Amino acid sequence: MEAFEYASPHTTESALKLLGGRWGETEILAGGTDLISAMKDRVTTPKRVVNLKKIKGLKRIEYSAHSGLRMGALVTIQDLLDNKVAREHYPALAQAADGIRGEQMRHMGTVGGELLQRPRCWYFRNGYGLLAQYQGKSLVPDGQNRYHAILGNSGPAYFVNASSLAPILIALGGKARLHGPEGEREVELRKFYTTPMKEEDREYVLKPNEILTEILVPPDKGGKMAVYEVREKTALDWPLVAASVVLHLSGGTVRSARVVLGHVAPVPWPVPEAGQALEGKAVTEEIADQAGKAAVSKATPLSQNGYKVRLAHIAVKRAILSAVKGEA
Amino acid sequence: MRRKKDRPRKTASEKPSLTRRDFLKGAGVTVSGGLLGKSIVADAAQPESKNEIVGPGAVPVTLRVNGKVHKLNIEPRVTLLDALRDRLDITGSKKVCDRATCGACTMLMDRKPVYGCTVLAIEAEGHEITTIEGLAADDKLTPVMAAFVNHDAQQCGFCTPGFVMACTAFLERNPNPSLEDIEKGLGGNLCRCGTYWGVRHAVLQAAREMKGGSHGNV
Repeated sequence: MEAFEYASPHTTESALKLLGGRWGETEILAGGTDLISAMKDRVTTPKRVVNLKKIKGLKRIEYSAHSGLRMGALVTIQDLLDNKVAREHYPALAQAADGIRGEQMRHMGTVGGELLQRPRCWYFRNGYGLLAQYQGKSLVPDGQNRYHAILGNSGPAYFVNASSLAPILIALGGKARLHGPEGEREVELRKFYTTPMKEEDREYVLKPNEILTEILVPPDKGGKMAVYEVREKTALDWPLVAASVVLHLSGGTVRSARVVLGHVAPVPWPVPEAGQALEGKAVTEEIADQAGKAAVSKATPLSQNGYKVRLAHIAVKRAILSAVKGEA
Repeated sequence: MRRKKDRPRKTASEKPSLTRRDFLKGAGVTVSGGLLGKSIVADAAQPESKNEIVGPGAVPVTLRVNGKVHKLNIEPRVTLLDALRDRLDITGSKKVCDRATCGACTMLMDRKPVYGCTVLAIEAEGHEITTIEGLAADDKLTPVMAAFVNHDAQQCGFCTPGFVMACTAFLERNPNPSLEDIEKGLGGNLCRCGTYWGVRHAVLQAAREMKGGSHGNV
């Protein structure tokens, strides 16, 4: 790890004063489970690290029937899992959090850090940059791409967003609250993630001098929800594909449906096509299967990841059936 | 200060020699404090008080490990694991992947399990650190340790201190675990020898004993 300056401010305001205007110059430290390893691998070599863990206000988790769930960015994955009210109102959020293992990761890792974790793309992690380029050309299409994107992969980015929580939070209509030098702003999470077009870009709209301080989730209003992850390993790894579903039913038929895929594209990938396949219909295994098929209808797999298309199809189907049965 | 019992006993014919660890300790480079207080970030706004920023050179850090207070002078980039192993000679926590994956460095911070390789020592200031050395009172095995012995829950033993710490923390939160709970709860530790079967059954036995059940094998 390269040497760096270190600060541990007690308020968001004093933390903001320590941030620079360019990515890479300063890094924000929360749980550290991604950042410290990335610094050891020289994926990032900040000159200054700003630890947020002494800011008490960022560790709150609250629910009200009127405004929904508010989670400070420093709420740990374990805090979220231990919060009975959050589990009761957003069971699928707890399901997604439960996929994050083991206990060390859950006690250290924060909700904010989970949402802002950098891609796991092995080219990125081994020094080829976010766009995995060598001599101006991406190494992914002709390279080892079995875990890469099957959607939104027309280039130049081919990695997948690694967050487990973002897809369900997007399906629930969640927002991110960001603090910057000019004050606060709220961004819908579905607009929070962006596909980088240049190597200097990031995977989200957060600016280098801003801090993600809170996640806001609207009240659940009787939604049926589930997350279905397909994994190679049950721990110490990220899902191959995950589907998050939030359904509203009236009289046995689907009134509205939000389906968001994870780990298939450079951003969490909402699939309105799947929702449309469900709306106005009673959920049967066949209808759920059709929705799964619709979800991957625009997939453009790379040379080694065609299998992920089938996984995403089935993940959507199973998430829908699980949501309807109230299994989350 | 140095605990003799951790070291292999020397035979009569063996010359007193420098251990690898002594060499590494002696070879540590002292970093000049010249950069202290002077910001190396060019275009970041300057904080109100310069005292907020420390490093990149060595800074005083106080760690409370196994109930004992240690004062160190280390750079902010030094991890808690490296501080314990290389500076304080508390070497029970092992360094394997060094990337928050394998669990060999598992220790407790305020009784919660953490990867010591992925906590900066400077972040650990003000927290109570417990390593494998601090678990047993009066050199008596804890129920988890005894159950590891009974169930042959180790082969090469390199993952064992981390596993014992993770199991101890897990049982504190889950006093009545099922095998499935154990499998899930210990997902943060790897054993390349594959002693998972023994570990799981060791945890089951320790759980029974910690509730006051009888000693003995499953």
